[in-house]
Amino acid sequence: MSSPLAESPLFTIGAVPVAGSVLTSFAITAALGLASFLLTRRLSVAPGRAQSALELVVSTIDGEIRDVMQRDPSPYTPLVGTLFLYLLVANSIEVVPLLHSPTARLETTMALALLVFFSVFFYGVRANGLRGYMRHFVQPSPLLAPIHVLSELTRTFALMMRLLGNVMSHGLVLAIIVSLAGLLVPIPIMAFGLFVGLVQAYIFAMLATVYVGAAVEAEGASPRESVK
Amino acid sequence: MTVQEWSIVGAVVAVCFGAIGPAFAEGRAIASAMDAVARQPEAGGTISRTLFVGLAMIEAIAIYCLVIALVLLFANPFVH
Repeated sequence: MSSPLAESPLFTIGAVPVAGSVLTSFAITAALGLASFLLTRRLSVAPGRAQSALELVVSTIDGEIRDVMQRDPSPYTPLVGTLFLYLLVANSIEVVPLLHSPTARLETTMALALLVFFSVFFYGVRANGLRGYMRHFVQPSPLLAPIHVLSELTRTFALMMRLLGNVMSHGLVLAIIVSLAGLLVPIPIMAFGLFVGLVQAYIFAMLATVYVGAAVEAEGASPRESVK
Repeated sequence: MTVQEWSIVGAVVAVCFGAIGPAFAEGRAIASAMDAVARQPEAGGTISRTLFVGLAMIEAIAIYCLVIALVLLFANPFVH
């Protein structure tokens, strides 16, 4: 059985090895980007079918962010919505024959978790200023600063490992069941995998929202937005 | 036994016993959330959202055990 933590490269471009999950990930990104471009190219006030479906998706994500953060969701929808839609497709692509989820690889989930980590910093600094955001690390006491830093790092690690563990372990379980039982038994497990992928995409996006929301209204920081 | 065989035993023990605590914790969390929704159905959205985030936190503990098991099996630092 090959290790699920390492992936052999498909081919190399110059000195850069390219793995299958990278290709899948790029294809998903390109497909989602192209679909978004085509759907938003001709927006009208009286929407057609495709535009109505798109508006439903966007307004649902907006509503979820508004419920969690209690503020205008427009600055955060691009990040959270992109994460959710990408993860939804990436987790579910396992059901397409010959394709494997890029999120079942350590590198993809690490990149996504680092993205959330830096977004938290970016949105926190943008809302509170650099000094204001840094001040929340020494609240309520400077003695707790190491704990704050540690919690930032461990939650990023947990974000990475949660997504990886769920998607990859589902793939492993599926492989074991396929090797034990025939055709019909794995199909309900694959359907359950779609559900797991949806829940994990939701949880990842929701946790990113919670972390960004906590950074934006960092305790002890001077809220610059509410002054004006 | 060799290091490899001990690693397999260690991985099995890590996953088995590491799943017990989070399983109980998730059960308690879901039971409390259902209790709360039954008492106050209009707060269902907030409760279920908080529940999801909390479950993700609890689940992380079980996932850490899975990671330890995978490291023992596939990236064991003591096996060369």
